Amino acid sequence: MSKSVRFLIPLIIFGALVILLVIGLGKDPSKVPSPLIGKSVPAFSLPELTNPGRSVGDEDLKGQISLVNVWASWCVSCRQEHQALMALSKETDFQIVGLNWKDDAQDALAVLRMSGNPYAMNGYDPDNKVGLHWGVYGAPETFVVDQHGVIRYKHIGPIDRKIWEETLQPLVAQLKAEGA
Amino acid sequence: MPPLLKKDPLINMSRVIKSLALGALLLIGSGSVSAYTLEEFQFDSPEQQTEFRELIAKLRCLVCQNESLAGSQAELAQDLRNEVYRMMRAGQSQDEILDFLVERYGDFVLYDPPLKPSTYLLWFGPFVLIGIAGFVVVRTILAKKRAADEPISASEQERLKALLDNSPDSPSSSSRST
Repeated sequence: MSKSVRFLIPLIIFGALVILLVIGLGKDPSKVPSPLIGKSVPAFSLPELTNPGRSVGDEDLKGQISLVNVWASWCVSCRQEHQALMALSKETDFQIVGLNWKDDAQDALAVLRMSGNPYAMNGYDPDNKVGLHWGVYGAPETFVVDQHGVIRYKHIGPIDRKIWEETLQPLVAQLKAEGA
Repeated sequence: MPPLLKKDPLINMSRVIKSLALGALLLIGSGSVSAYTLEEFQFDSPEQQTEFRELIAKLRCLVCQNESLAGSQAELAQDLRNEVYRMMRAGQSQDEILDFLVERYGDFVLYDPPLKPSTYLLWFGPFVLIGIAGFVVVRTILAKKRAADEPISASEQERLKALLDNSPDSPSSSSRST
């Protein structure tokens, strides 16, 4: 090896470390990847928030594409995404299923009365019984579930126009094409 | 916008204030406080209690990621502690409980990353680096030693002699002045 190339080696190693550091800084450590991607939704059954006589379960997530949205009345970011969900609820390619997480039913119902109800149905999970099995660790989180009840994607944080257009909408379109 | 529980300072503040208020009320009312403690978990034997504490110390709280389940005051941590407690009382082994949580929350829930191909670099990288450094050091030292031991060749000897003979000054002063 010639002298000049050997001289460059530390510089190259340093450059590689800098690149690694920059990549590391760009990642959000609070977004933990879900191990549930590609797996069937965990079996569950919860009372429906607006109609406690009814139940919501894994069977309700089969037969069509679902966005399962984890939310709570105490969660500010959930209010922020509420309008986006209201707009999405007008679309017919998928249903939005709520998982009302660690919340109080009265508070949750008040939010739906005040800001509208984008959910086809809402599982009421005040004690994190079902959330635990879904690996939920904050709100809002949104799971994309395909027609066969398999979790295909998890979005952590509120849904906005950018995330919808760049990530979720293409995925829903792809799932629709797969199912057709 | 930061979406999560712990990153929402507004919520956290109002929750902190709420829980402080609740704590004060409870303190007045019954003499207890609202902070989570491990004392509420009752065990049949001290060994079981030790095992429980060891287990939750191995697990990470996903909301406050630099805290273990044993030390975190986050509500989610309490949920998971309750679940671990429930599973232990149901007679499940440490490994079963860890697997249960990893299946749902991923390897990240473990403080020690498991040994598998994607973490080989993490586990063995430092040793590889030490090995490379050691190799370079040994090689450099050996090369220096060899160079010092080598006698100068015949042609070099002649050149040296010529330089010394032709130099008007002493060799040391001439080498210094140039």
